[in-house]
Amino acid sequence: MLEIKDLKVSIEDKEILKGINLSVKAGEVHAIMGPNGSGKSTLASALAGRDYFNITHGKILFDGKDLTELTPEDRAREGIFLGFQYPVEIPGVSMVNFLRTAINSMRKYRGQEPLPAGDFLKLMREKKQVVEIDSDLTNRSVNEGFSGGEKKKNEIFQMALLEPRLAILDETDSGLDIDALRIVSNGVNKLRSPENATIIITHYQRLLDYIVPDVVHVLYKGRIVKSGDKSLARELEEHGYDWIKQEVDANN
Amino acid sequence: MTDQEKILNEVTGSDYKFGFQTEIDTETIPKGLNEEVVRIISAKKEEPEWLTESRLKAFRHWQTMEMPQWAHLTIPKIDYQDIIYYAAPKQGAKYENMDEVDPELLDTFNRLGIPLEEQKQLAGVAVDAVMDSVSVKTTFQDTLADKGIIFCSFSEAVKNHPDLIKKYMGSVVPYTDNYFAALNSAVFSDGSFCYIPKGVHCPMELSTYFRINAANTGQFERTLIVAEDDSYVSYLEGCTAPMRDENQLHAAIVEIVAMENAEVKYSTVQNWYPGDKNGVGGIYNFVTKRGICKGDNSKISWTQVETGSAVTWKYPSCILRGENSVGEFYSVAVTNNYQQADTGTKMIHIGKNTRSTIISKGISAGKSQNSYRGLVKVLKGAKNARNYSQCDSLLLGDKCGAHTFPYLEVDNPSAVVEHEATTSKIGEDQIFYCNQRGIDTENAISLIVNGYAKEVLNKLPMEFAVEAQKLLAITLEGSVG
Ligand SMILES: Nc1ncnc2c1ncn2[C@@H]1O[C@H](COP(=O)(O)OP(=O)(O)O)[C@@H](O)[C@H]1O
Ligand SMILES: [Mg+2]
Repeated sequence: MLEIKDLKVSIEDKEILKGINLSVKAGEVHAIMGPNGSGKSTLASALAGRDYFNITHGKILFDGKDLTELTPEDRAREGIFLGFQYPVEIPGVSMVNFLRTAINSMRKYRGQEPLPAGDFLKLMREKKQVVEIDSDLTNRSVNEGFSGGEKKKNEIFQMALLEPRLAILDETDSGLDIDALRIVSNGVNKLRSPENATIIITHYQRLLDYIVPDVVHVLYKGRIVKSGDKSLARELEEHGYDWIKQEVDANN
Repeated sequence: MTDQEKILNEVTGSDYKFGFQTEIDTETIPKGLNEEVVRIISAKKEEPEWLTESRLKAFRHWQTMEMPQWAHLTIPKIDYQDIIYYAAPKQGAKYENMDEVDPELLDTFNRLGIPLEEQKQLAGVAVDAVMDSVSVKTTFQDTLADKGIIFCSFSEAVKNHPDLIKKYMGSVVPYTDNYFAALNSAVFSDGSFCYIPKGVHCPMELSTYFRINAANTGQFERTLIVAEDDSYVSYLEGCTAPMRDENQLHAAIVEIVAMENAEVKYSTVQNWYPGDKNGVGGIYNFVTKRGICKGDNSKISWTQVETGSAVTWKYPSCILRGENSVGEFYSVAVTNNYQQADTGTKMIHIGKNTRSTIISKGISAGKSQNSYRGLVKVLKGAKNARNYSQCDSLLLGDKCGAHTFPYLEVDNPSAVVEHEATTSKIGEDQIFYCNQRGIDTENAISLIVNGYAKEVLNKLPMEFAVEAQKLLAITLEGSVG
């Protein structure tokens, strides 16, 4: 589904990703771990099409299509969803209006009619239950005055509603208490299917107790330096990143 | 250029939709302004002597005045002798029934979305349509008359209700008030008059549409609204003009009088031609709007969505004389390309326990300049007066300017006056967040800007709010989303 080949990404002439190779198949869950500043969010943003990251080399193929030729909105319409590490507030824009505009933009892209208001509200109700989100929250403006945890839940709620084929969740678990963590993971697990895939970017192995990944990657200094199964996450939890850092730095 | 700028450029470069001109026989008088012209205008309107005299007094006073320079506006010198002060569609001023109205004229108002045929109208909106210097047609007059409500053109009111006009005209905005008020008082053409008797809740929205059509003419209309004790009225005003390369002058006066327990809501969607994207042409809009809360517990609310005009100079104000009276000002002012707006309000607290609220949302794009200018004045006797002001500015791009000029004069120690101001740029992060949910940049800007202006848009009557939202989108696509 997703093929990343020798991807190099710079921001203001500073190379941040230095040759990423990654292959994600439908039905899989990949976890990307790594110390702060190693380039995890940069990778997520480059996939979503944030324009101030320059792709200087390599390819990103999504179902065989070259993603780098698509605008951010077309990537979203093709089924790529980014759960933001820091979701922004949009004052005065109601969640309902925002999501209806989003859904209908996507439907239009696929040649479908806009969703009638009644059907849309029904869908909202349904998906709210998946993430146990307060009704009150969806009546408010997008992320405005939401607590950190509420913002993260809201990202998962939007994911549930938009039903992406590939979801990239950037530290959706950080700042969540144990209850919220359970709700968020439940949400992700319910949406898992053989047709779609998930990339979970996280700092902690804790989340991976709830969402069991097929593959775990370690990103360090702009490169994937180690990949393995879920036991790799446990190892990192026990021993930290130092042993990997030493391994990598010794090789350079 | 980033994508955002490109789209902004496209959006802001789109066309003014009301720029067409109506081919219609127009009677005009020669260019220029002098006592003779003032007399001609008055004679054409068959006015009584006292009104001719009042015009002349205003004209003489105007000649002693100079155009004010304090606003944050750059205006080329206006040649007042190069303007036509009276233009009227031929065929007599007023039509008794629809068959008499020139089909071209009907078509004009239809294209503006203002059907004059009563049966076709939005239920519950009575319309007075003013083209150039005369009122073309007022609808629903009979229905309103049943309740004792008078809603007619200003000229008709001069003929049929001279006592009311004599009593109230100039009582809120005297001709000495300012340069443009003096000019208007000398040469005003037409406008609307509205009188709500004691205890009457006006059952429909009253609305006036102003249209400048003829070239080289100025438009100087007057509106007077009187709400007697315990009455209520909601009033709407809309304006458009053809696209022309030369600038045209518009200097209006609106006066509102609210007696005890009366409430008047005045909403404006101002969409005069703003000029093209290089700043050529457009309307110069100099307007004096003021209401007086004369009676206790009365209330006046101004809501305005200002998207048009090359230059806007406008400060709808409230004189809060009655005890417990309330004044409100809700404003969205959008400027794009080379537009300039200097707009705001004055809240004058005279009575005890008077309260005022000011919410101003400025949105600037292109190379435009957008200023808020507001005065809150609390006089000695205004015990426990309260004011809350909030002035926000939103910038789209980095070549435009936003400015805030709040003035405060408080002479009573028990008064509480609060002022908040913010300036923000439309965020790349916000736009990207929308993009990531499948929403393109144009729609994202539209969403964000409408969200920003929501507090004000919510104050507009329903049909107007939808229109205003679209207009924001056009102005910023035409300039705001
Ligand atoms: N907008 C930006 N401007 C400049 N540098 C940035 C920007 N975003 C990220 N970086 C830099 O790129 C590197 C990787 O950051 P990031 O991808 O956020 O790492 P992670 O998500 O793994 O913590 C860091 O050195 C960070 O300072
Ligand atoms: Mg990060």
